[in-house]
Amino acid sequence: MPEATEPTGGATATPVALKLTAKDFKSDQEVRWCPGCGDYAILAAVQSFLPELNIPRERIVFISGIGCSSRFPYYMNTYGLHSIHGRAPAIATGLAVSRPDLSIWVVTGDGDALSIGGNHLIHALRRNVNLKILLFNNRIYGLTKGQYSPTSELGKITKSTPLGSADSPFNPLSLALGAEATFVARTIDSDRRHLQSVLRAAAEHQGSAFVEIYQNCNIFNDGAFDALKEPETRDDYLIRLEHGQPIVFGSQGQFCVVRPPGGFGLAVRQTADVPAEEIVVHDATVEEPAYAFALSRLPGFALRNTPIGIFRNVTRPTYDRLVQEQVESARAKATGTPEEQLAELLHSGDTWTIL
Amino acid sequence: MSKQVRQLDRVVIRFAGDSGDGMQLTGDRFTSETAQLGNDISTLPNFPAEIRAPAGTLPGVSSFQVHFADYDILTPGDAPNVLVAMNPAALKANLADLPRGADIIVNTDEFTKRNLTKVGYQASPLDDGSLDGYTLHPVALTSMTVRALAEHDISKKDAERAKNMFALGLLSWMYSRPYESTIRFLERKFATRPALAAANIAAFKAGWNFGETTEDFAVRYEVKPAKMPPGTYRNITGNAALSLGIVAAGVRSGLPVFLGAYPITPASDILHELSKHKRFGVTTMQAEDEIAAIGAALGASYGGALGVTTTSGPGVALKGETISLAVALELPLVIVDVQRAGPSTGMPTKTEQADLNMALFGRHGEAPVAVIAPRSPADCFYAALEAARIALTHRTPVILLSDNYVANGSEPWLLPEIDSLPDLRVDFATTPNSEDGKTFLPYLRDPETLARPWAIPGTPGLEHRIGGLEKAGKTGDISYDPANHDFMVRTRAARIEAIKVPDVEVDDPDSDARVLVLGWGSTYGPIGAACRGLRQRGLSVAQAHLRHLAPLPANLGEVLARYQRVVIPEMNLGQLAHVIRARYLVDAISYNQVRGLPFTAHELETMLEEVVKNA
Ligand code: SF4
Repeated sequence: MPEATEPTGGATATPVALKLTAKDFKSDQEVRWCPGCGDYAILAAVQSFLPELNIPRERIVFISGIGCSSRFPYYMNTYGLHSIHGRAPAIATGLAVSRPDLSIWVVTGDGDALSIGGNHLIHALRRNVNLKILLFNNRIYGLTKGQYSPTSELGKITKSTPLGSADSPFNPLSLALGAEATFVARTIDSDRRHLQSVLRAAAEHQGSAFVEIYQNCNIFNDGAFDALKEPETRDDYLIRLEHGQPIVFGSQGQFCVVRPPGGFGLAVRQTADVPAEEIVVHDATVEEPAYAFALSRLPGFALRNTPIGIFRNVTRPTYDRLVQEQVESARAKATGTPEEQLAELLHSGDTWTIL
Repeated sequence: MSKQVRQLDRVVIRFAGDSGDGMQLTGDRFTSETAQLGNDISTLPNFPAEIRAPAGTLPGVSSFQVHFADYDILTPGDAPNVLVAMNPAALKANLADLPRGADIIVNTDEFTKRNLTKVGYQASPLDDGSLDGYTLHPVALTSMTVRALAEHDISKKDAERAKNMFALGLLSWMYSRPYESTIRFLERKFATRPALAAANIAAFKAGWNFGETTEDFAVRYEVKPAKMPPGTYRNITGNAALSLGIVAAGVRSGLPVFLGAYPITPASDILHELSKHKRFGVTTMQAEDEIAAIGAALGASYGGALGVTTTSGPGVALKGETISLAVALELPLVIVDVQRAGPSTGMPTKTEQADLNMALFGRHGEAPVAVIAPRSPADCFYAALEAARIALTHRTPVILLSDNYVANGSEPWLLPEIDSLPDLRVDFATTPNSEDGKTFLPYLRDPETLARPWAIPGTPGLEHRIGGLEKAGKTGDISYDPANHDFMVRTRAARIEAIKVPDVEVDDPDSDARVLVLGWGSTYGPIGAACRGLRQRGLSVAQAHLRHLAPLPANLGEVLARYQRVVIPEMNLGQLAHVIRARYLVDAISYNQVRGLPFTAHELETMLEEVVKNA
């Protein structure tokens, strides 16, 4: 197998310009999502973004679980593995630990990552494995035809909950931040520029990058994120996070985010009522996850005050690298051929010889 | 006083005490000394699942049995000749296994009223005549140890705890064992606490000297070395041998090894052992659960490593879906199941062979895998290599069915020459394999093995997608075509049948046996010992033992047909018998026992005698 070439883990750009285009990343498979599905836009955005990484296609791997979004790897002309429900982060972890020369992307959905695979997701994030995890959140089970998901709003009426769902949803970003993920971001299927800017930052990140992508399922949950897309509401509802910038939003910049005294978190106020120095300046590099967590709690009723962009981007040693270092340092200390070392190992402990 | 020395050809000793009394360590040391002497050995540890069950109670009893002889032996022995009982509970729990006349060494200090009542003794069995049929040696182990260590600068508690070394010293004297390795062991074990090392060594020597001087032990025994093939040996447990087999598979294949595991009794020792061998390129990951453990191993296999996951029955149940995925992906993967008594949590520290059905059939869809089982502790080494060979050559998951008996039992292992181990090198795909030489067909098969190419990420030009959805033959593209599915299901079955496994050998020294005993896995020793017993009494019986459960050896049908009766002893309710009856239409006799303990040779011999006489 190829030797690991990067000391930091994860594939990085090759020195030679590869001159790849979006077309190079399209596989020969017919795309089989429903017409109008938000997945198409994400696929196109990813395919047209990847060339700029200048990573050879063979060093890129897409690994998915089960669900509509998890068909993604079939459409990418890279290495790809469509696995089983919820397990993609675990499988990708094994690959990342043993192959530091690869750029590994996990594609998952709200059911896949947060319901059946919740355990693997939080453990991949706490370990900080070098994976880019793209969670397509459409707040519904699409492939099984329309049951509510762990991100569906309370009271959701679906085939399996005719009287409304009785369980509170997960906030995926709060969950990821609770697991102390080192990179946490949110973006939207329909905003290609924003989506690509988040992917770019995720690709640059060393460690687990968790990206929630609001994705429209036009068959079973159409318009779930319309408030964030329609020109009339969009600007007033969305908070576009920019590192180093005061958090001000609204069509007229009429809203801002402050740290109210006495509380634990952040709150939205009318910009006009707040002295400029009290407006929170966004800093994605804050070590303490509580700040990003507070940001993740801002959205209120009907998607008002929804931040998008990079919530958190901090550095912490990656699991794969730490594990590889242990193996490498043990190997560096070993002397003799592997066969000689093996003979020595077999003969260790109390032995006796019969002549 | 000069003592009488008596020669014996074999001895079975059982050390029994409280979980906290250090009986496993004591037994282990005695075994090591015995190995140094060149006896053949077989051991059987037996301990509760609780780490420290309430002291002095029956459930808290932990024991270690060692059988050693001047000839080759096959089992840890049915009945102990000597019982060392550190307290009343240990005596009570083990007495029924003792034949009359056996030696019993008891620690009288623990036979207090309170301890006796705890286990339901009204009167002390040491005084009430109930042990009259045995040779009883009452020894005040604790108080003598404490007295012997009076000059040592250690706590009273530490002094009391050294009583197991006193007992070991006494037994070592009694059986003329060389003790240098134990002294060295104690120096190593307490390297950072020299006072404790000195005290434990002193306790050991006090026990030895006590045997030498007391009149209660008038006879000293010797068991001459066994005639074993020349070479270098070490005593090894199944779990340790299996771990070394995996390391060896990495070396012989030239591949990195990736172990994904979640702690579970009795398999955790493999994780512990392999985590020490990073210099061989072995990566171990303690995963968040059983499913992640196998998922990570499969991910590593996909990337070109030898992926391994180790667990016990409950873990295999959880891994089932991923094993099916590996069947569909056709990637190498070794799944080790150290079987324990089930269902559910069952008896985690007791043995059983009841996961055979799960290994063979326990997945959704038609999901055949290769299944193999080691027959003894040392054989675990070779079984691990064989599992790796099949996985790597045939690109398939392989389930290795060990069990608690071989995993924790030990025997001498004649260390192999590295060059004699199988060559496991593999070829990764590097170029397109279609006829036009332009495209890569991930499911184009090797005509002989039916294995598909292993094209690992990072290989330019071979980018491809695989997954759990049904694939078209050759291209691997998603396919819902009915005929293709039928073809693929049959091909996956044919792939397993195409694995070349050695013919099963039959041991029929008299060549006139009418009865064949067929076994698999850890029953090899007890069945072999039972056959030996019958033959010594002039009865003919044939023995065949299966290592490969899937695929079965090609000559098995012919072998079965040669005998009037086929008997299949199993530590389950007849799982192999079911397969044999279904596949070969042989009216096999299924003999079963599920007590969490291995068969005794005696019970098998009695059962087989009936069958042989009526055949
Ligand atoms: S069901 Fe919904 S999510 Fe799935 S492909 Fe169709 S539109 Fe997309």
